[in-house]
Amino acid sequence: MSLDLILRVGTKLILPFVLLFALYVQFHGDFGPGGGFQAGVITAGMVILLAITFGLEAAQRIAPQSLVERMIPLGVLIYAGTGVAGLVMGKNYLDYSVFSHDPAHGHELGIFMVEAGVLITVAGTMTALFYAFVERGR
Amino acid sequence: MISLINTVLLTLLAVVTVAIVRQRSLFGVVILASIYSFLMASVLIVLDAVDVAMTEASVGAGVSTVILLATLHLIKTTEMRSVRPHLLPLFVVLGTGAVLVWGTLVLPSFGTADAIIHKHVAPRYLSDTIKETNVPNAVTSVLADYRGYDTLGETTVIFTAGIGVMLLLRGARRRGRPDGAES
Repeated sequence: MSLDLILRVGTKLILPFVLLFALYVQFHGDFGPGGGFQAGVITAGMVILLAITFGLEAAQRIAPQSLVERMIPLGVLIYAGTGVAGLVMGKNYLDYSVFSHDPAHGHELGIFMVEAGVLITVAGTMTALFYAFVERGR
Repeated sequence: MISLINTVLLTLLAVVTVAIVRQRSLFGVVILASIYSFLMASVLIVLDAVDVAMTEASVGAGVSTVILLATLHLIKTTEMRSVRPHLLPLFVVLGTGAVLVWGTLVLPSFGTADAIIHKHVAPRYLSDTIKETNVPNAVTSVLADYRGYDTLGETTVIFTAGIGVMLLLRGARRRGRPDGAES
């Protein structure tokens, strides 16, 4: 317990900033490097760091297995659903210009939705994979 | 300066690759592969491909290292010595490498501005991204909008891979071994 004190305190200090950085990478992806994929991996990395330091139970309190496993198909559904919304509103599949009167703004919204879908699927998949490996190893 | 950085990074990449091949302890292989990914991320930053570098650092050096270490927890961590001779694999590897090098000979040289790929749709993506999508980062607008179908496919690949691995890891336990039994 006393030997990993630095590890535990250090992890506690880092965790919120890792999540904040993931959100920055997600929402600043329109202007700087990054996007849904990178943000999803960093989010999963936060959960994995928590699990490595404080144990699987602590990680599953903030990211329950049932939630993580539902995120995997949810993100793909959000992505594909954004495309279907374009179809329903009378344009091509994945044509985002229908989401607003100004086509450019519609594209911006569509990119936002699609990136959110990628974030959810990637974060869910990476975390669920880690959970599956850890549980198999017990 | 750039060429000096590139020389150092590429030399280190080659050194790490040889070390990975010679290493018998799989734990060492995983750590060396993580170092390889970080070096590769640095090379990509030098190439100004920051988005790709970020992916390489987070996926290659981060998550895949963790998942490979978790895999080593399930299996033995020392690579067995092969009993068969290495001649056929060596021939296959050398042949494939030679074909790849031969293929690069007809490519335009590195950094050529008037290569075909820079003349097709890339200029339109670069000049019209703000007008058409309000997104200044052309990488994001190409990824999520101009090439949205590809990214949908990629996301589906991640979905499929995740479901497949989880079925493999969790399904076998439920059917075969009861909890707590040693394999």
